[in-house]
Amino acid sequence: MAGYVITITSGKGGVGKTTTTANLGTALALQGKRVVCIDADIGLRNLDVVMGLENRIVYDLVDVVEGRCRLRQALIRDKRLPELHLLPAAQTRDKTAVSPAEMAELCHVLRKDFDFVLVDSPAGIEQGFRNAVAGADYVLVITTPEISAVRDADRIIGLVEAAEKGPVHLIINRVRTNMVQRGDMLDTNDVIEILAVDLIGIIPEDEEIIISTNRGVPVALGEHSRAGQAFRNVAARILGEEISFMPLRDSRSFLSRLLDRVR
Amino acid sequence: MVNWNRVFRRQRRSGDVARERLQLVLVHDRAGVSPELIQTLRHEIIDVISKYLDIDQAGMEINLTQGRDRSKLVANIPIRSSRRAGHTPEGRA
Ligand SMILES: Nc1ncnc2c1ncn2[C@@H]1O[C@H](COP(=O)(O)OP(=O)(O)O)[C@@H](O)[C@H]1O
Ligand SMILES: [Mg+2]
Repeated sequence: MAGYVITITSGKGGVGKTTTTANLGTALALQGKRVVCIDADIGLRNLDVVMGLENRIVYDLVDVVEGRCRLRQALIRDKRLPELHLLPAAQTRDKTAVSPAEMAELCHVLRKDFDFVLVDSPAGIEQGFRNAVAGADYVLVITTPEISAVRDADRIIGLVEAAEKGPVHLIINRVRTNMVQRGDMLDTNDVIEILAVDLIGIIPEDEEIIISTNRGVPVALGEHSRAGQAFRNVAARILGEEISFMPLRDSRSFLSRLLDRVR
Repeated sequence: MVNWNRVFRRQRRSGDVARERLQLVLVHDRAGVSPELIQTLRHEIIDVISKYLDIDQAGMEINLTQGRDRSKLVANIPIRSSRRAGHTPEGRA
């Protein structure tokens, strides 16, 4: 069966596309799926460091497209998960080094060998975005619960729909429980209602993401991080499981939680 | 820390403010209509309608709103009653 191409994108920069790509790739590989993550942010290579694979790069995406190496030679296998691979971005070129048609062709070739092809998109609405969605079967739009990020997400959703690259699902990243409870953060329900898209993940703000990025080990690998669990839930939903959204905090009383344990 | 402004409801929750501002900005983004254009439209509508009717400019509202799948321009233009002309509105004695 041919694999599935998922593009991870956003309007605003810095909202968590690369973090999501690395963790979703990790979580899908943990489920035994063959996964390749493509860093389509040419000129601003980052996915390699987030995945901890920066020392293994020999060839990159542009080398493949321009025929300086074969596709297989450019793919880097993950240190821990043998099913997980990275196709790194070129660092010394720009977005115009690859065309949307070339990206679509690349995804088409990779989907024959992999269950999932994840494409980490650059921010913005220019050629980098058009390259990243060119081969997509499915688009994940990342936003944070802030006006500017949601506004830009709306624009991106419009462009993806116009390009007929759907379905589009939303991930709301960096949700801060305490601020939501105080009423000082846009509520996730408001965001999905305003954007009129389906939600597939709510990722809490989590220091563990910064710590794990420092180490080059995606949080989805560890058991104890809430963000890691949230990313594994997204992977499970993509694989067709029905998993309810994590409560931001256990709102039941201490007594009923205690009773649960006794039962 | 107790936020007294909030206790006395002098300040609205910033999340609610954000939601309203976001809704408004998206209505304009989606329709591709700037707030300035609405202002221009407002002035021209006043000019045209005033030729025929005595309208209450202060009470006039012109807004873009978001419908289910399209944006709508909604205008509410109160007309001054012509009591000075000496007749009462219908249905009232
Ligand atoms: N849920 C989160 N909690 C804490 N930090 C986060 C979270 N998501 C992303 N970050 C941090 O935000 C920054 C931007 O994330 P990144 O994935 O590089 O965004 P993008 O690829 O969209 O530019 C990084 O420093 C990352 O560690
Ligand atoms: Mg990035």
